[in-house]
Amino acid sequence: MTEHHRTAHPAPHVDGNALAGPLAELFAFDVTDAVARCGSCGTADVVARAMVYRSAVGTVVRCPACDDVLATLVESDDRIWFSMRGMSAIEVRRR
Amino acid sequence: MRRLPRSAWHAATVASVRPETSQSARIELDVDGWPGNAAGQHLDVRLTAPDGYTATRSYSIASSGPSSRVVLAVDRVPGGEVSPFLVDELRAGDQVEVNGPLGRFFIWEAPGADVSDAPNAPDAPDVSDAANASDAPDARDASRPVQLVGGGSGIVPLYAMAHAHAEAGDDTEFRLLYSVRTPEDTFFRAELAQLAVNGPGRAGGIRIDLIYTRAAPTGHERPPMRLTRDEVARLVVPAERAPRVFVCGSTGFAELVASWLLDLGHDARSIRIERFGGT
Ligand SMILES: Cc1cc2nc3c(=O)[nH]c(=O)nc-3n(C[C@H](O)[C@H](O)[C@H](O)COP(=O)(O)OP(=O)(O)OC[C@H]3O[C@@H](n4cnc5c(N)ncnc54)[C@H](O)[C@@H]3O)c2cc1C
Ligand SMILES: [Zn+2]
Repeated sequence: MTEHHRTAHPAPHVDGNALAGPLAELFAFDVTDAVARCGSCGTADVVARAMVYRSAVGTVVRCPACDDVLATLVESDDRIWFSMRGMSAIEVRRR
Repeated sequence: MRRLPRSAWHAATVASVRPETSQSARIELDVDGWPGNAAGQHLDVRLTAPDGYTATRSYSIASSGPSSRVVLAVDRVPGGEVSPFLVDELRAGDQVEVNGPLGRFFIWEAPGADVSDAPNAPDAPDVSDAANASDAPDARDASRPVQLVGGGSGIVPLYAMAHAHAEAGDDTEFRLLYSVRTPEDTFFRAELAQLAVNGPGRAGGIRIDLIYTRAAPTGHERPPMRLTRDEVARLVVPAERAPRVFVCGSTGFAELVASWLLDLGHDARSIRIERFGGT
């Protein structure tokens, strides 16, 4: 991670591992070893390697290669709002 | 690949809470309906206040296997919303909700570990770049050395891996590089010493290198200071031997170590990182 990322996001991020719980409520599988392709730079990597920025407002998931937004997640008591707008594809292994 | 148990929300009863270090607690939970977990997985703890307000945080699991008793170790983050409560206020008999077991990426399983109900189909050939990027464990992983690198509470999932490795009597080469402030800040201190008794040459054995950053035990040669790039170069299984590396700790620690590993020629795909947050 470069200096550029640090200054752009002062709050310490975690990684895609932390999405396992929140996304288990949406998907029938654990997403952390699913491969997502970034719509901006084309990098395909496991979700566990994405950068995850959390705040009171919600969660922003960024591409580890180009820093563009892959997905956003906003949760309230009665609903979950999930956008995957920055991903062009996601590959999930059947098991 | 082995089918890992599905995650779900479970009611958990606190079995015990005791100090792990001066800043942390070891918490044992009896989790109703827990399906067991692999070494390195985590769970999400949800606390609900009387007014219905909830707060959820992730905690790695220090234990693994089929048991429905899970072990956590939680560090007190000053001013934090959840961790001071867990460390200082939680008592045996209290109830919390947990979602888990979680995570398929930051895990280690003994080669040939008990294969569950799932058909053990071989991984699809790596044709697409997506499949290449997923670096799913394959048969070759079994013979690769495993290097664990942890800072502070980041030892929790790594301890689970080292323990599972010892328990299985697995002969994969295992090394742990663990950075802590002082001897008293060492998580699983007695257990790690016990694991290290079986030196690296033996099945289930591990070599442990402890780095003290603020105060070292008397007689320790290395003056207390932060982990350096040179030490990582010296103490980590060299890149030429293609170790699988697991790095865990605060985000600042994990980023620093990962950048050194890349510098030292380790393949990015062989490095798995779990960042806990914090600088
Ligand atoms: C996958 C995963 C596994 C984890 N496993 C463990 C574990 O086994 N043991 C453990 O003790 N913690 C673990 N954590 C960290 C844990 O989830 C919480 O972030 C931590 O307990 C702080 O929560 P809090 O509510 O007390 O602080 P918050 O109220 O969330 O934050 C208070 C302040 O502390 C900062 N902060 C947040 N997290 C940390 C941190 N980890 N270190 C230093 N400063 C921080 C925040 O930026 C904020 O400024 C894990 C995190 C993840 C993502
Ligand atoms: Zn990208």
